[in-house]
Amino acid sequence: MVGNNQAQTYSSFGARLALAVKCFLRTLSNAETAQRIAPLLSDRPEAVPAPQPEPELPPERKHASGLYMLSLLQREGRLIDFLQEDVTSFSDADVGAAARVVHAGCRKVIAGCLALEPILKEAEGATIQVPAGFDAQRIRLTGNVAGQPPFRGALKHHGWVTATVRLPSVSDALDPRVIAPAEVEL
Amino acid sequence: MPRYSVGIDLGTTNSAVSYFNLGDAQGRGSQQTMLGMAQLTAVGTIEEKPLLPSFLYLPSEQEFPAGSLGLPWDKKRKDIVVGEFARSHGAKVPMRVIASAKSWLCHAGVNRLDAILPWQAPEDVQRISPLEVSARYLSHMRESWDHQFKDAPLAEQEVVLTVPASFDAAARDLTKQAADKAGLPNITLLEEPQAAFYAWCEAMGEGFRKQVRAGDMVLVVDVGGGTSDFSLIAVTEKDGEVQLTRVAVGDHILLGGDNMDLALAHTVNARLAAEGKKLDSWQFNALTFACRQAKELMFADDKLKKAPLVIPGRGSSLIGGTIKADLAREELTRLLTDGFFPKTQFTDLPRTARHSGLAQMALPYAQDAGVTRHLAAFLTRQARALAAAHDAPANVTGQSFVHPTAVLFNGGVFRATTLKDRVIEVLNDWLAADGGQPVKEMQGAELDLAVARGAAYYGWVRQGHGLRIRGGTARAYYVGVETAMPAVPGMEPPIKALCVAPFGMEEGTQADVPPQEFGLVVGEPTRFRFFSSSVRREDRVGTLLEDVSGNDELEEVAPIETTLPAKGSNEGKLVPVNLQAVVTEVGTLELRCLERSGPGKWKLELNVRMKE
Repeated sequence: MVGNNQAQTYSSFGARLALAVKCFLRTLSNAETAQRIAPLLSDRPEAVPAPQPEPELPPERKHASGLYMLSLLQREGRLIDFLQEDVTSFSDADVGAAARVVHAGCRKVIAGCLALEPILKEAEGATIQVPAGFDAQRIRLTGNVAGQPPFRGALKHHGWVTATVRLPSVSDALDPRVIAPAEVEL
Repeated sequence: MPRYSVGIDLGTTNSAVSYFNLGDAQGRGSQQTMLGMAQLTAVGTIEEKPLLPSFLYLPSEQEFPAGSLGLPWDKKRKDIVVGEFARSHGAKVPMRVIASAKSWLCHAGVNRLDAILPWQAPEDVQRISPLEVSARYLSHMRESWDHQFKDAPLAEQEVVLTVPASFDAAARDLTKQAADKAGLPNITLLEEPQAAFYAWCEAMGEGFRKQVRAGDMVLVVDVGGGTSDFSLIAVTEKDGEVQLTRVAVGDHILLGGDNMDLALAHTVNARLAAEGKKLDSWQFNALTFACRQAKELMFADDKLKKAPLVIPGRGSSLIGGTIKADLAREELTRLLTDGFFPKTQFTDLPRTARHSGLAQMALPYAQDAGVTRHLAAFLTRQARALAAAHDAPANVTGQSFVHPTAVLFNGGVFRATTLKDRVIEVLNDWLAADGGQPVKEMQGAELDLAVARGAAYYGWVRQGHGLRIRGGTARAYYVGVETAMPAVPGMEPPIKALCVAPFGMEEGTQADVPPQEFGLVVGEPTRFRFFSSSVRREDRVGTLLEDVSGNDELEEVAPIETTLPAKGSNEGKLVPVNLQAVVTEVGTLELRCLERSGPGKWKLELNVRMKE
């Protein structure tokens, strides 16, 4: 948004000339202006005033969307209940039945919020080329990492990337620390 | 000038909105735009979804944190919740949730303007009327729209609102009133099966002519969440132009996909109870949901012998509290395919008599779950009606029931190919037995969103594009006239029915004035009993039917009434009037009293409640 003079682009010679003359005259006549302009003309970057630090948010506000994702996975897929339960005393069949609840619910959440797709489309196990200048965010090299790209290697895991991120909007009125409210039936 | 045609499907369980840019030169093809509607999906959580569950929740004051029920356009909202959260939370607090408001809106056994919902809620829960609930859903859709289209408010667009074809005059009138209340004064009503047909036409584009030809009789089978609705649309040709005429509509049947999921859930629940596992109402809801998914899984894969059902407990112990069950193929077939779509003869009619007009309190759910039997009743009754009509738009000579040549399915229930196949199979058995040709299924129908989409398309068709379905009103209307006879104690005088609105009145037309005269007393309310018929195609205005009791072609609907306003000293004076019926541009029926020898003209109100 262009709302004030500082955002002017000074692409025309006339505008630059006007500014230069203004600087010249003010620097000459006013010591305070000279003090403020000097750092801008310096080559040392540390002379540029640092931006004001953002006020520190409490961690639950800073990470609210992460906590919110957990409450979503709990609400739809009972994920926290599942993870917090001691599985040792239950049979595989019981754990399996509960896993269906978790799987179905969490899957719905993921499908609603993200558009997941594999990073590499080739089948796992296939031999593939990793070209020079590959994206190190998306491709991790393992094993005998030596020499220069292009590399040849076997695809062990195709990776996941989401094409879109679409989290529900959450009211500030909610305390993000509450993953699931207690339920009391009257 | 409206910029968009907006189709609103105000459904029994889900509502949807589709829109069509009127500047476009042609239909949208299969890319039919839906409006995303922001709604609460959990406390303090707003998500945009193309479906708005038709549920309304009335929260108590302290139930939720302050500010957590706000909507993007109304941050302070706290009195009601509409949509997904109302549905999901309502399962845990049944006494505060309102569902199926649409079924209440067409239920003449109760006063639909009275605050009666939630039905049988305790004293301290606020209640609202079925009309108000519908208005609230429409308001939510209008607000969603206005929030997104700030420069094109919904009230200024061409809005088409759909109603079941089986909605009678009073239910249509109430739907119109709900729209008024929701700030949508200019709407047009469209029957849902017609909307489904329009959506199909739009999706097909020109390919439509390959699938439908002159001489075809299209049967629309629309099984929604809560209702089943049938319509017949005849395809004819005149001067080389294809014409579409909606020939007949079925009765209102409160039977739909939700009943099917419930049937499965009740069966599994009984089995669990026998094993000593008791489900609470929330778990039963989870079971119903699980059954729906198991059903879809098995209908999608014929080889599956059974599908697992898991019902989580409500406590934090997920693994320990989860109840397991299976839904077997045999149960699915027995309960749904055979239970709701039984293989029957066309002579097998629904087990109970049609809704007779007796005042009923709770919702009058269909007594017979056999959709095919209801279908047989519809087709046989309409064959008789068409055979008796002199200018019927279809030739039914020699047909014991109307022979459809093509079937258009609508409603999520028919995602199950098995159920579509069953309907086709049953129809073909009937046709073979009655000397007819097999039907074909009209391919490419969009089952869930077709009604909203077709309604939006219809708004464009109304502006002179594309092919329009004709047909007018699907009912004739009558007022009750008491016959003059000496009073006999304990015996009501027989009632005759005077036809005031013939079958097939087009929108924006008025009927002739019948010669019969009525005396209205100024300042005193006058009531007329009111009847309709979906089969008497031949009656003209002024036709008098003897003795309505025992006439199964007539169905009594809620009465109509009026009070002639008193002016000065004329109170108590008898004014002779004639009755006249008008079908408005909106698609509602209006009755007027015309003063016999004077300029007086009064509107008669379609009543909201059946006589006690």
